Amino acid sequence: MSDRGGDYSYTTEGPEVAGDRKSGFMGLPALGIADRFAALPLWAKVPIVLALVSFAFYLPFLTILPFAYVRTDLSSGGSDWGGVLFVVVIYMIVAIGLNVVIGLAGLLDLGYIGFYALGAYSVAIFGSPSSPVTKLIAEKFGLSEGWAVPFALCIPIALAIALISGVMLGAPTLRLRGDYLAIVTMGFGEIIRILSRNVDAVTNGPAGIIGVPRPPEPSENYFSSIESAHWYWLALAVLILLMFMTRRLEDSRVGRGWLAIREDEDAAAVMGVNAFKFKLWAFAIGAALGAIAGLLFASKQAYVEPTGFALNLSFLFVAMVVIGGSGNMVGVMLGAFLITYLPERFREFQDWRPFAFGVAMVLVMVLRPQGLVPSRRRAKEFEDRKHEAEEAAADV
Amino acid sequence: MSEQTLESGAHVAGSSGDALLVVDDVTLRFGGVVALNEVAFEIRRGEILGLIGPNGAGKTTCFNVMTGVYTPTSGEIRFDGDRVSGVKPHRINAMGIARTFQNIRLFPEMTAMENVMVGADARHKTSVMGTLFRLYRVKAKEHELPDNPLKRSLAKVFGISRHTLEERAGRQKSMEMLRFVGIADRAHELARNLPYGYQRRLEIARALATEPKLLCLDEPAAGFNPAEKADLMNLIRKIRDKGQTVLLIEHDMKLVMGVTDRLVVLEFGQKIAEGLPEEVARNPKVIAAYLGEPDDAAQA
Amino acid sequence: MDFNALFGDLGGHTLDGLTKGSVYALVALGYTMVYGVLRLINFAHSEVFMVGTWTVLGVYTVLGADDTSGMGMVIFATLAALVAAVVASASVALAVERIAYKPLRKKNAPPLIFLITAIGCSLVLVEIFGHVLRFFFGPPFGRAPVNVPSPIQTVVLLDVGGVRITNVQVFIVVGAILMMVALDQFVNKSRLGRGVRAVAQDADTAALMGVNQDRVIMLVFVLGGAMAGVAALLYTIAFDLTKFDIGFIIGIKAFTAAVLGGIGNLRGALVGGLLLGIVEVYASTVFNSSWADVTAFIVLVLVLMFKPTGLLGESLGKARA
Repeated sequence: MSDRGGDYSYTTEGPEVAGDRKSGFMGLPALGIADRFAALPLWAKVPIVLALVSFAFYLPFLTILPFAYVRTDLSSGGSDWGGVLFVVVIYMIVAIGLNVVIGLAGLLDLGYIGFYALGAYSVAIFGSPSSPVTKLIAEKFGLSEGWAVPFALCIPIALAIALISGVMLGAPTLRLRGDYLAIVTMGFGEIIRILSRNVDAVTNGPAGIIGVPRPPEPSENYFSSIESAHWYWLALAVLILLMFMTRRLEDSRVGRGWLAIREDEDAAAVMGVNAFKFKLWAFAIGAALGAIAGLLFASKQAYVEPTGFALNLSFLFVAMVVIGGSGNMVGVMLGAFLITYLPERFREFQDWRPFAFGVAMVLVMVLRPQGLVPSRRRAKEFEDRKHEAEEAAADV
Repeated sequence: MSEQTLESGAHVAGSSGDALLVVDDVTLRFGGVVALNEVAFEIRRGEILGLIGPNGAGKTTCFNVMTGVYTPTSGEIRFDGDRVSGVKPHRINAMGIARTFQNIRLFPEMTAMENVMVGADARHKTSVMGTLFRLYRVKAKEHELPDNPLKRSLAKVFGISRHTLEERAGRQKSMEMLRFVGIADRAHELARNLPYGYQRRLEIARALATEPKLLCLDEPAAGFNPAEKADLMNLIRKIRDKGQTVLLIEHDMKLVMGVTDRLVVLEFGQKIAEGLPEEVARNPKVIAAYLGEPDDAAQA
Repeated sequence: MDFNALFGDLGGHTLDGLTKGSVYALVALGYTMVYGVLRLINFAHSEVFMVGTWTVLGVYTVLGADDTSGMGMVIFATLAALVAAVVASASVALAVERIAYKPLRKKNAPPLIFLITAIGCSLVLVEIFGHVLRFFFGPPFGRAPVNVPSPIQTVVLLDVGGVRITNVQVFIVVGAILMMVALDQFVNKSRLGRGVRAVAQDADTAALMGVNQDRVIMLVFVLGGAMAGVAALLYTIAFDLTKFDIGFIIGIKAFTAAVLGGIGNLRGALVGGLLLGIVEVYASTVFNSSWADVTAFIVLVLVLMFKPTGLLGESLGKARA
């Protein structure tokens, strides 16, 4: 693996791949849109972003034909539209988190469901009055019946647990070869699930934990499980915040370090990138995002149980990232949307979902390895180009 | 910031400074094979040292020991007084050694600019938390303030985050490096799409951006035609003139003669000669070594 | 923890472990050979095994063989199932190579991409048996476990101090070891096997020396698939069942076995497989059967952390007679 970097052919008459990829890159209309958007001045960008965000918040009430056909509750027996939107957003959070690990740092994590489960179980174990742990604590310290850790405090607990387990999993395994890492992380995901099923004293075993706490509510039952639109808004707000944070990382020394590691780890190390530290960070940040998604999900369901965290979901998550376009935030969100929304919209085909993903994964990888929306050329580069053009003009 | 970047290695302006890197009786064995046998020489501050020898003489092995890839069986490498062996690659870079690769190893899916910025980032400190929350503020100097009046007054009150300043400095420095090696015109193309010569130069720019005290070039002219080789030699001289110390590995004698201040010659893992280029060229051992290798003799 | 249960019947548990381990070892061969030649974890190999078990079921059903069949029928059905499972598994393995890997190899894609297409293939194969075939043909396809009635009846052959050795156990362990020896001989002695070793050592040089790399790769997939087919037959004889996702957990264990023995090393696969089988049976006796699957993962993590090259060291190229 270490000599892989040397295998890239840089000669101009190199393998046909280089040319292929390039034409694929440039030929894609979606990229054209992203490029054009990046090139817009600030006064034009702000209203566009605002309009998109408002539209996203308005989506649960979308009834204008023909757009309303996107709703999933048109026929009887369809899924609750707000609920579907909520899950789409949750999986988008998962996708941007996993994208940091796979798309940016180039580490194939097949156990991402483990972090999602950790987030969900953390809030249930500490926040629910009926979990074995809170009961034990209440008993030990003579606290009132029904005592539990408040929701606001569960968030840092969940984050801390995810970060620590991310580091604990990463520290020994990140030195391994890439494909070994994939298998070990898969083992981690499975171990978390088996633990949640077997350690009754903490997780209440297969029966699961009820009474997962809700966020603070502006009015009574604002965040009850059936108010999916409210949950969707909450999740959307969290998603936007996380997108902003992840974008910050991407456009920084850290993001460049990740890309460099992905491209050629040895060369990156020689150029002063502390590869191990950066990989560990990628792992920890991915873990934290996965845990936030799991926490929100558990809180809305008000219930967690082990079968909700089957390993298949890990593959689903990887499929989102890869099909959408590994390394590109918009791409992976599109992937999350397609993989979550389409089966809900076309419920009659739901049983075909895993099969379709399998076919899609193979086809996308063989025909278009960079994903539907390939990694973007950085918006910053456009600013640079503009500056240079100005400088060049000034030089003359 | 921008003016001093290239001079950072210039502790001594003259060409015969004190020893920057000392190879102290280094022996390296792989099983029963002796790859290096009690090799000893030094690189002086501000010079261009050529490490030459026929193919298989142990040049690259020696280079790898010097840059910490291998740990010597006995003897040691000292850089600026500190041991190099056993230090992790990114720490070695922090000590002030940067290198290029014989078989180019860029980050192919990143632009030329980004490649160099990875190098520039090596001297920066902002990590994950600093990037995310930008709480580390630096009081802004007048010329660093943004033009936008709103941003300007905010920056006056709250200072500018270290992240922003480093990012800006990194971009400036990277562009400067790309200009210095002469490939700024294609700064925003993916490294994989650059022509071969540009890729070689990009590697040098990336290494220079880490502000090394010692720049190690591993056969930088491989695959070049004579005109390109001449250009490259000019570039290396330019680097030295900026005050940087350069180690040049090469098996093309002619190339090395024109540019290096001193030469060390290896053969079969042993040092067979050391000295000024013209002395070395007259050394019968060296002549024998090169004539014994028809391939190299033809090239030289 | 229940050490009495373990030591009360140590011999019996060891035998169980060897039986399980034989199946792991045979499946592990597929991982090891492909890894040795291509430096690639063939994630879909577990499904190659799964297809084998369904093929065995199909043959039994067509022939109407079950545990009431006469001796002649038993032998015939078992042989037919063996041949069919080997052919089916080898074909699936080859198809995966052709559809999912070869186009990527031609493009010189990074290893991550291979792994993802492999997962995709794995999903497709699982879903073919879990859903697609059920959609067209109904049961027994689907997501429920299916009984595979082995025509071989279990008979106790020997009773050594309370440890009862059955014909099925002997059949499986001996069968597995025979297959391994045959494969080992093939790779080490035959001309084709020499090609495999040459490509494993240095693909470029082997190509220069006139070894047809594509043919070697095909051969490796076919051989690995065939071994998985044999494993499938042995597995159904021992455990009498199959399921659409049976490959997943067996695949993980076989892969662990391969890494444990030293991936890329044929004999390592045997040692790793048998060892893992025994460790797993011991662990599930001492703790509780619901922890059996975790054992493999823990062993895997420990091996990778402390001895990533495995017990016998990795290298298909260096394996020699």
